[in-house]
Amino acid sequence: MAASKHIAPDAFKLAHVAATEKEYIAAPALTFSQDAMRRLKQNKAAVISFWLLVIIFAAALLSLVITPHDPNAQNLNYTYLPPKWGDLNIPFFNGHENGIDMYARNQVPKGTYFLLGTDYLGRDLLSRILVGTRISLFIAVIATLFDLVVGVGYGIISGWNGGWIDTLMQRVIEIISSVPNLVVVILMLLVFKPGLKSIIVAIAVTSWITMARLIRAQTLKLKDQEFVLAAKTLGESSFQIALKHLVPNLSSTIIIQTMFTIPTAIFFEAFLSYIGIGLPAPTASLGTLLNDGQKALQTQPYLLIYPAIVIVVLMLAFNLLADGLRDAFDPRSAH
Amino acid sequence: MITDKTPLVQVRHLVQTFNAGKKDEVRALQDVSFDIYKGETLGLVGESGSGKTTTGRALIRLYQPTSGEVLFAGQDIAKLKNGSAQMLAFRRQTQMIFQDPYASLNPRMKVKDIIAEGLDIHHLVHSPQERDARVAELLAEVGLNEDHASRYPHEFSGGQRQRIGIARALAVEPQFIIADEPISALDVSIQAQVVNLLKDIQDKKGLTYLFIAHDLSMVKYISDRIAVMHNGRLVELASAAEVYHHPLHPYTKSLLSAIPEPDPDSERQRVPIAYDARQAEGGQRQLVEVLPAHYVYATAAEVAAYRQSN
Repeated sequence: MAASKHIAPDAFKLAHVAATEKEYIAAPALTFSQDAMRRLKQNKAAVISFWLLVIIFAAALLSLVITPHDPNAQNLNYTYLPPKWGDLNIPFFNGHENGIDMYARNQVPKGTYFLLGTDYLGRDLLSRILVGTRISLFIAVIATLFDLVVGVGYGIISGWNGGWIDTLMQRVIEIISSVPNLVVVILMLLVFKPGLKSIIVAIAVTSWITMARLIRAQTLKLKDQEFVLAAKTLGESSFQIALKHLVPNLSSTIIIQTMFTIPTAIFFEAFLSYIGIGLPAPTASLGTLLNDGQKALQTQPYLLIYPAIVIVVLMLAFNLLADGLRDAFDPRSAH
Repeated sequence: MITDKTPLVQVRHLVQTFNAGKKDEVRALQDVSFDIYKGETLGLVGESGSGKTTTGRALIRLYQPTSGEVLFAGQDIAKLKNGSAQMLAFRRQTQMIFQDPYASLNPRMKVKDIIAEGLDIHHLVHSPQERDARVAELLAEVGLNEDHASRYPHEFSGGQRQRIGIARALAVEPQFIIADEPISALDVSIQAQVVNLLKDIQDKKGLTYLFIAHDLSMVKYISDRIAVMHNGRLVELASAAEVYHHPLHPYTKSLLSAIPEPDPDSERQRVPIAYDARQAEGGQRQLVEVLPAHYVYATAAEVAAYRQSN
C-alpha cells in the first residue's frame, strides 16, 4: 500500500486496444469430443478398462481365424488335462495334478500343450473361452444395435411428437417392461429351439427400454430449448432437427447408456446358458463353460475359474469404462 | 423513422389457448389486434406472463394460433401448412432473436454451422467457399471476427453469443425480425451495444422489428410505437412518446410509475400507482382509437372520458 503512493500518475500509459482485438479468443478451439477425450484420459481406471476390452475384443476376433485347438474337437484320451505351459515348470501350469504328470500318464505326444487345460470331453478350454467370448461380444453388438436403432429412434419419436403419440408409445413401453426378461425367454422357447435366436429375440424385445425412456426424457428437455426453436423458425424439417440438433446433444446419454446395456446383455446370455436355457450343448459360451466348470469344481477348479475370470474382467471393464465416459461427457454429474 | 404507413404485419383477433378444454387451460392471448408498419419498430411491453412471448411465437408460427388472422404482406400465415413451399418462403422473411444467449445456440455446433444453418436450408449458397465467405461477411456485420467461425458457442460471452444469434437471423435476409427480450439476459453495458447493433442493422437494411421487452426505458429508446400488454390483451398502443408522456390506460400509468429515477430527490417522491385489473379490464371493453393513432382498451364511457380529458 505504502509503495503505491510513490507511483507518479504519468507512470501509466493508456493502452489502445483495437475493437477486433477485444473479441480475440486465445484458447485453442477444442471440439466437445476432444474435451471429453481429454477428461477420459485422466481417468486411469477407464483407460486401463478400455485397453483390456480392446485386447479381449482382438483375441475374440482372432479366434475366428485361428485357435490353439479345435474348440469342439473331442478326444477322450485327453480328458481333464491340467494347464501346461510348454516345458516351463510353473506351479499350476506344469500339467501336474496331485503330483502326477497327467500329460505323461495320458500319453499326450510331446509338443502338445493345453494352456488352460481340457474339459471332460478333452476339449481345449482356452479355445472354448475365446469362442465363448466371441459369442458374448456378438450378443453385446446385437444389444447395442437394438439400443441405438430402436431405443434412440423410439425415444426421439415419442418425445418429439408428444401428445397422444407419446402417451401410446409410453404405455407400450410400460407393458413390455412389466414382463420379466426371463419369462420372455421361456416363452420364446415355446416357439424357437433354445439357442442364439431366442436370446436375440428376447434382447430385441426388452433391452432397448431403458434407452428409449432416457432419450425421451432428454428429448422433452431439448425440444423447448431455444436453439431448436431457432432451427424451426429457419424452416428446418423435423427429421433434420433430430439429426443436427437432437442426436448430437443426446450423444453422451447414448454412449453412456450403451456402455451399461452391453454388460447387462452379456451377463443375461451367460445367465441363460448357465441355467441351461441358453445356447445348446456343443456351442461354447461363457455361460455354458461356467455350467460345465461347476460340475468339476472340486476336482478341476480351473475349468470354472478361467471362464469366471474372463466374465468378471469383461463386466468390470465395461462398467468402469462406462463410469469414465459418463464423467467425461457430463462432468457435472461426477461425484 | 417510419417512411411509409403500409402495414407489413396485420394481426386480427388473435387468440391463443393452450390445453383447450382441459383443467389446466391457459388463455395466453385473448383477441389481440394490431398492425406493424414497414420499417418501424414496435415495442411490446408488459409484465411476466402477459403474453408478449406468446404473441411473438404465434406471429412466427412456432405456435399454431387457436383463432384469428396473422397477415404477413397480405398472406394469412396462420393457415400455412407446415412443410409447404409458402411456409418455407415465410420462414425466410421472418426471423427471431431469442432471449437466452446461452440456450439459443446449439452447444455441439460450430459458430460457422450455426450461422449457415439458414443458408443451407434455403440453398442460398452453392459452394463451401461461398458459404464460408457469407459467414465471414455476417460475422463482420455483427462485429465479430472471421476466425470466430470455427469456434464453439461456449467460448463466447453473452453479448457475443447474442450477436451470433443476430447473425444467424440475418443470414436468410429477412424483412421482419421478432426480438424476444434480446437484451434482458445481458449486462447493462452490453445491452446498449446489442440494441445499437440492432438499430444500425435496421437502418442499413430497412428491417421491421417487433421488440419484446419489459425494460421500458430500453423500449422507448428503440421503438417508434409501443404496445402495452396485460393478461393476454393489448391495453394501450400509441407512439413511443405518446405512451410515455400521455398514458391513458391505468395499467400503463401504473407501469410508468414503477420506473425508478436516477435522481435521489425525485426518486424519494415517486409513488407507484397501484393497478386493479378488475376495474380496467374485461366486460364490454374493446381496443378503441381514442385519439389519432392512440388505441386504448376501454368501454364506451371510458373512451368519452379519455377524450374529454384531452
